[in-house]
Amino acid sequence: MEFKLPIGDWADTAVLFLLDHAQWLFDGIDLAVGAVADGVQTALTALPGVALAAIVVLIGLWRNGWRFALFAAAALLVVAGLGMWHQTVDTLALVLTATAIALVVGVPLGIVAARNDRVETVVRPALDLMQTMPAFVYLIPAAMLFGLGRVPGIIATIIFAMPPVVRLTSLGIRQVPHELVEAGLAFGCTPRQLLFKVQMPTALPSIMAGINQTIMLSLSMVVIASMIGAGGVGNEVLRGIQRLDIGLGVEGGLAVVILAILLDRITQSFGTTDTAGRSPRSVLRALLSRRLAAQPKDGAHLSPTHGVTEAG
Amino acid sequence: MTAKIAVNGVTRIFGRHPRQALDLLKAGHSKDEIFKRTGQTVGVQDASFEVEAGEIFVIMGLSGSGKSTLVRMLNRLIDPTAGEILIDGRDITKLSRADLTELRRRDLGMVFQSFALLPHLRVWENAAFGLEIAGESLKARRDKAQQALDAVGLGAYAESFPRELSGGMQQRVGLARALANEPSVLLMDEAFSALDPLIRTEMQDELLRLQAERQRTIVFISHDLDEAIRIGDRLAIMEGGRIIQVGRPDEILKQPANDYVRSFFRNIDVTKILTAGDIARRDQVTLIRHTGEGPRAAVRQLRERDREFGYVQDGRRRFHGVVSVETLVTAIERHNGSATLDEALLPGIEPVPADLPMDEVLPRIASAPCPLPVVDGQGAYVGAISKTAYLETLGRTR
Repeated sequence: MEFKLPIGDWADTAVLFLLDHAQWLFDGIDLAVGAVADGVQTALTALPGVALAAIVVLIGLWRNGWRFALFAAAALLVVAGLGMWHQTVDTLALVLTATAIALVVGVPLGIVAARNDRVETVVRPALDLMQTMPAFVYLIPAAMLFGLGRVPGIIATIIFAMPPVVRLTSLGIRQVPHELVEAGLAFGCTPRQLLFKVQMPTALPSIMAGINQTIMLSLSMVVIASMIGAGGVGNEVLRGIQRLDIGLGVEGGLAVVILAILLDRITQSFGTTDTAGRSPRSVLRALLSRRLAAQPKDGAHLSPTHGVTEAG
Repeated sequence: MTAKIAVNGVTRIFGRHPRQALDLLKAGHSKDEIFKRTGQTVGVQDASFEVEAGEIFVIMGLSGSGKSTLVRMLNRLIDPTAGEILIDGRDITKLSRADLTELRRRDLGMVFQSFALLPHLRVWENAAFGLEIAGESLKARRDKAQQALDAVGLGAYAESFPRELSGGMQQRVGLARALANEPSVLLMDEAFSALDPLIRTEMQDELLRLQAERQRTIVFISHDLDEAIRIGDRLAIMEGGRIIQVGRPDEILKQPANDYVRSFFRNIDVTKILTAGDIARRDQVTLIRHTGEGPRAAVRQLRERDREFGYVQDGRRRFHGVVSVETLVTAIERHNGSATLDEALLPGIEPVPADLPMDEVLPRIASAPCPLPVVDGQGAYVGAISKTAYLETLGRTR
């Protein structure tokens, strides 16, 4: 006779139990996620395509310079030329929705995990599971609990894409130099001030790297999520696969890659310390101080490099 | 004067069962024994000292001696396991969280070895950090930060980021941040240890200059004795979590409590700490210049004691000059019976003041024909320094 661990049966039972007894919960989640997704979708499609493209190019210009802006413009033209504009915008909406929700849940979770070792020991294996469990595995229960469509696609994407932002938020905060935390406390920070004025800003590059990774991972879920009807450009790739239509597959894939490159470069630029000084506020300040410097009375605005050489 | 800071019997034990270790400590067990038996580490053991208002108090010790732990207990970044710490007479170990925060914001500034500046903030924002935390208005923050930066000579770099500055300049920002809210106590944890020797000296001078302008109470942690002696009014020397000795640098140098303290001072340049008064000896023949004592009596005295030189003072012990057997004999021959000691004085002998550092005494010792006379502030004879005595002092402390 043959013995078999009945884990599969347990999973079956658990999902069926949830279906019977917690349908209200899933309906609620369905409603909430759906609302966010609708909002993002509406916002993106309310604009004319040209305006949306212009915004992306301008952000690229601000964060990464004119070369990247030029590349972004060309890349977006390619997407439009492929006839994939609408699908790509749908996918963008899906990715942004999943990322937004992953951040709203993931960043605070990362903060808590950083401050509490016990939470960290519980959260870490959970994150490992979320990341390593093949995505197809939770497509089935997601579809069962939420039905087919965008919402289960987004939820599957969130599960897969959330771990990096939790991990890197926790890591970033834990890696804030000890003396920096001591300095915060020594000058009279409350725990809240310590978090928002010392730990979070210092951990920002790490947190931004986590956000970047979360976006990238949610893009990698695009095709898989389309299997349960999430739609978007993933759907094109899926159709290409199903019909063995190599051309369609390549076109859809290209649109995903372009979206990935644009999102990657733009989000990465927020995490590097070199451009950390280029926040909107400081850009404004730089412009202002340039105007002030033009006035003769102002002698205080020495260039910083001048100081470094003087200090030796 | 009451003490600004009074530390009474403060102990800190690291580990999960501090009570157990504390009991063993009270029962007289050593730090190592306690670690072996309970796994608890004694960071600071029964430390007591007082810091007067306006003085620079340096806590010295090698790494692991507990000095950083000790200074962190003064603003309770680390809580003491036992003992009390009074600042302005108030026991800060009993403060509530809110009162402690208030105390840190108002009365205590701290400077860190690694500067600990916030990389995302501009220099002035870093300097204004304590003010921002305390909820001051933007205008007040800007003004006070600018003042503090001006005070440390960085007024022109307010808009720079810390990474654009050299190490020395970054620590000036750290100092400005600590000074910006005008704390009455400044805690400096190895504040200059990460800087090049040249910049370090410059920063020490800067600190002394700031201190001369406005006297704050400064507790300075250092492992560098040269630094401690340079800036410290008083030192506390720590070893293995205990304070071994507290006192002025010269007191400790002259009477080290044990070999550990002595070894600390082994490589120090004693000629900068010890003064002429410290090494002067009273083993020379002194002659009183009054009518009764003539050159003949002086020669007899010197020959009896087998000395070549005599140190002449008047009835009120005021130093008058030096005579030698040779000059005395010449004077007697020339003036016959009527000679006085005045006619036998060696020319060009200038007494050195007792508070002159040894290193400045050296050139005068080298050129003097006789042991160098030392006088105090009132011109009274204190003793004399022979070349041999000077060399012996150097040899004794090496």
